[in-house]
Amino acid sequence: MAESKNIGIFICTGCQIGDAIDTAKLRSIAEQTSSVRHCTEHTFLCSAESRQQITEDIRKHQLDSLVIAACSPRHAVANFAFDKVLTERVNLREGVAWTMEHGNEDTQMAAEDYLRMGIARTETSGLPDPYLLENPVSDILVIGGGISGMQAAIEAASAGCQVLLVEKENDLGGWLNHWHDIIPVSGGKQTNLNFFLQEKMDEIKSLTGIKVLCNTTVSSISGEPGRFSIEVNQQGKITDHRAGSIILANGWKPYDVTRLKELKYSDRQNIITQAELETMAQSGSITRPSDGSPPKNILFIQCAGSRDKEHLPYCSNVCCLTSLKQAQYIRNQHPETNVFIVYKDIRTPGKNEHYYREVQADSRIFFTKGEVTEIADNVDDSMAITVSDNLLGEPIRITADLVVAATGMVPNQSDDLNLQYRKGTGLPEWKYGFPDSHFICFPYETQRTGIYAAGAVRTPQGIQACMEDAAGAVLKAIQCIESVKRGQAVHPRSGDESYPILSLQRCTDCKRCTEECPFGSYDETEKGTPLPNPARCRRCGICMGSCPERIINFEDYSIHAISSMIKSIPIPDEFEEKPRILAFICENDAYPAFDLAAQHRLKISPYVRIIPVRCIGSINTIWLSDALSQGYDGILQIGCKPGEDYQCHFITGSELMEIRSENIQETLQTMMLEPERIQTVFLEIDEYLRIPEIIDDYMETIEEIGPNPFKDM
Amino acid sequence: MPSPDQNTVPEKSVLIIGGGISGITAAVEAAETGCRVYLVEKLPYLGGQVARINEYFPKLCPPYCGLEINFKRIRNNSGIEVLTSSMVEEISGIPGNFKVRVQTAPEYVTPDCTACGDCAVVCPVETDDPFNHGMTRRKAIALPHELAYPVRFHIDDKVCTKDSCKKCVAACKYDAIHLGANAQTREFKVTTVILSTGWKSYDPENLTEFSWGNSADILTNVMMERLGAPNGPTEGKILKPSDQQPARKIAFIQCAGSRDENHLPYCSAVCCSASLKQAIYFTRQDKENKADIYYIDLRVSGRNEDFLNRVEDNDQIRLIKGKVISVDLDENRPVIEAEDILSGRKIRADYDLVVLATGIVPEIPGIPVTLLDQDGFIIKESLENGFSAGGCCCEPKDVAATVQESTGLVLNVLKGNA
Repeated sequence: MAESKNIGIFICTGCQIGDAIDTAKLRSIAEQTSSVRHCTEHTFLCSAESRQQITEDIRKHQLDSLVIAACSPRHAVANFAFDKVLTERVNLREGVAWTMEHGNEDTQMAAEDYLRMGIARTETSGLPDPYLLENPVSDILVIGGGISGMQAAIEAASAGCQVLLVEKENDLGGWLNHWHDIIPVSGGKQTNLNFFLQEKMDEIKSLTGIKVLCNTTVSSISGEPGRFSIEVNQQGKITDHRAGSIILANGWKPYDVTRLKELKYSDRQNIITQAELETMAQSGSITRPSDGSPPKNILFIQCAGSRDKEHLPYCSNVCCLTSLKQAQYIRNQHPETNVFIVYKDIRTPGKNEHYYREVQADSRIFFTKGEVTEIADNVDDSMAITVSDNLLGEPIRITADLVVAATGMVPNQSDDLNLQYRKGTGLPEWKYGFPDSHFICFPYETQRTGIYAAGAVRTPQGIQACMEDAAGAVLKAIQCIESVKRGQAVHPRSGDESYPILSLQRCTDCKRCTEECPFGSYDETEKGTPLPNPARCRRCGICMGSCPERIINFEDYSIHAISSMIKSIPIPDEFEEKPRILAFICENDAYPAFDLAAQHRLKISPYVRIIPVRCIGSINTIWLSDALSQGYDGILQIGCKPGEDYQCHFITGSELMEIRSENIQETLQTMMLEPERIQTVFLEIDEYLRIPEIIDDYMETIEEIGPNPFKDM
Repeated sequence: MPSPDQNTVPEKSVLIIGGGISGITAAVEAAETGCRVYLVEKLPYLGGQVARINEYFPKLCPPYCGLEINFKRIRNNSGIEVLTSSMVEEISGIPGNFKVRVQTAPEYVTPDCTACGDCAVVCPVETDDPFNHGMTRRKAIALPHELAYPVRFHIDDKVCTKDSCKKCVAACKYDAIHLGANAQTREFKVTTVILSTGWKSYDPENLTEFSWGNSADILTNVMMERLGAPNGPTEGKILKPSDQQPARKIAFIQCAGSRDENHLPYCSAVCCSASLKQAIYFTRQDKENKADIYYIDLRVSGRNEDFLNRVEDNDQIRLIKGKVISVDLDENRPVIEAEDILSGRKIRADYDLVVLATGIVPEIPGIPVTLLDQDGFIIKESLENGFSAGGCCCEPKDVAATVQESTGLVLNVLKGNA
């Protein structure tokens, strides 16, 4: 926490700030503040000359903190970054000059309040001192020796890392050991599976940094990025290892075909899965299991279990291509055999279309869009398959002596990690059991910092994509170690050097922080006291928001600092008819949306005071009660969308805010205040046009319920 | 990180060509791993194609959200140098020691620009706004789009009357406009190069059977994105460009040019999901809105399947397996003739809007033909040591797959080769 400060205040009058407000009055507020050593204004504060001037002023007045009252903190970031100097940005441009009426008394009050809030925050904040590990480890643990794990090991070792590659089976290779060949890559290097696999094995042997342990499972992982402690079990022999980060590439299994009751897989010998056909092709001959005879007609059922709400609701991405490939094996081996592929849609995206066309050109491979509605058994162990909803209108019947079910991919359990974390042994699962969360923009955003899923465990994908995925995961694994070494956060607050500091003597072991952290960064003693692991932390502040004792704080983002901001401004009394609304807005999406509204010069009520927060999940209830007892008439909390298609950058922040609102309502009840005094709004970044309406509607609500009775107390 | 002088090669450094989502991803991932990055983009802003997308499938969330986080990562990282309005002129040398020459278009607006907007207020010249595919007008000096990064106004020098006007120069309080600026050439050294030059839309001019150019109500899918966007020409309300009346009935023609030997023989991988998405946000605007999607196969990858289910459960959207034979105009109203393959019936139907799901064509400026496959995409394996490539210049793919691939590419910088 801050000792006495030497604050310098720099006010910009450019970009209409000077037209909107009387900056002399702002200066006089600064001059009345004892911690302020220097205050000046400039018409063009983001210019190179101003920067020079600020640099000189820092030296001359021995300033340790700056308040830059100018544009939004999203602008001119580099211009106002000074080494070892705490900088607080007060947004007079977008926040006041561009959104409020110029020369108006209320506008002036808003600007003055924002300056007071900026000074209050600066007085109560400090520069973060990064969390640095002693002797961090740079080794990478890779779990799973299939194609993704092998490729991850190769990539990591080629980039200079030491790798421990752990495989539970006897050999590396995973599914590739059971396959006959791989899907050709259009435009790529043509290869066959044996050659491909051998090449990977040789590469692993030739790289000095890779240590392979087969017949081995991970029995425990504890610690944090930069110093994970790992215990592995090799057929009873337990050894300890250390790693800086971890890649989980434990792959997939085929969907259990016996669950597809209508196939009667267990009763019908001549129904096999794609995986079984691979093994059959690998062993030499594709035959009917019932009698070993060469099949005359083979029928593939695509999406056997995939794209089916009863089974796997998703598309497994590779089964169409696999069937095309297997149809070619069959045709190469049995030139007289007919192959029927019954499909919903043939999915061969991108360049694979060429391969589809090549297979289509085979006159004995028939593609039938439709659905298998009945399978009847013939005496010769062949089957009559009825295909409905096809392109011919009427159901058709195809006799096949071998049926191949294209069963989909199911991710293996991430519990193989055996994390000794308070929040479970595996990675949190999202839709359909896959562990990745933000799979559009940030596919490697992980909820367990330093642990990256790669390959089919992350998303259904083929060999080529698995290898790319392995490379991506390795890069993130290395990046995480590098960031930890610098004491910095990884995405999305990349480079942040602050981290939560706990005053444990006041902890009541309520476990809220350990429970609510989306990243599982806290472990716990038996009593329930949190054990922080700052290198796992993503600095969202959700733990700070969760703590009823307010013992969790960041140097530059603390309960006290925000409370000081709230309390720093004068609240006009009831008779002045100037309500005050406090708005906590998420700095990731809502804040930029407010900036965009300002860019369009949309008008925003001058009665609102905005405090940006790292995530609305980081809002502590004390701030709300502080604000209400201070006399603010209402509080808006504006954050990102929760739910299945959540947009919260800290995954569960806005969801937690919804859950906590119950407690908040209790607080309101104890204060005998109306529930409308606190309102939560979810706003997307491009919804800036909604902002004036959101604010105005809320102002109306507040007008209806009247001023906060605490105002004059 | 101090900027190295042009004669030294920073130990791990990379030139990234193309500032779309692929290049942005590679840049932030590399810089956060400790590499020095030069990100070169030909447009005046970063974000490429995704900046103009209204919503991503399958979450139906705004791309600005992810872009903002990435721009924040760039703003906070002194290891990244962004060179917009720039083209790479030459790369010479050997892996580990490439000499790069980049030409930057005349910087009429300098980094002193505060984006206050006073210049655009006085600018008398209007021109088609390329960000909205010409569906709106902008001033000759303008911010290319709201979330443009770098945040700096830009002069379209093809229309600006320069010295005969100079109104913007007079209006600028920060001396940030220099109409006499010249193109600048810069040289620097890097150890590796990543190509992420991206894609463009297949030229609909080639699609004569769909009456392209005969009606303002026949659009491409990328134009549709702008029509749906809150920051687009109609603030997101989907109106017919011909008369600005609300569109009530839209046809989406899939594979408009893709999977077609006469046009693009490959599948563009994203158009199915894109049309499903557009149909969803269109029908969401009004319960009377109806959308028909004419398709060959519905190719929605992996976990996006439930996104398709959502469409199947939406009674405002019809999925019609069939080939559109033609689009004609009947009293300026687009009429589709198609074959419904599942029922065997011929369809003739009129629509307020017809959206052509045009495919992805690689952007490959200055890349030798010998490095390209039959379809014009970069063959990664053919690239020389020290070079790697990713994103849609190598194969059509969606944002998630592009980001996945581009992250991994950065390893080549760490390895010191590619």
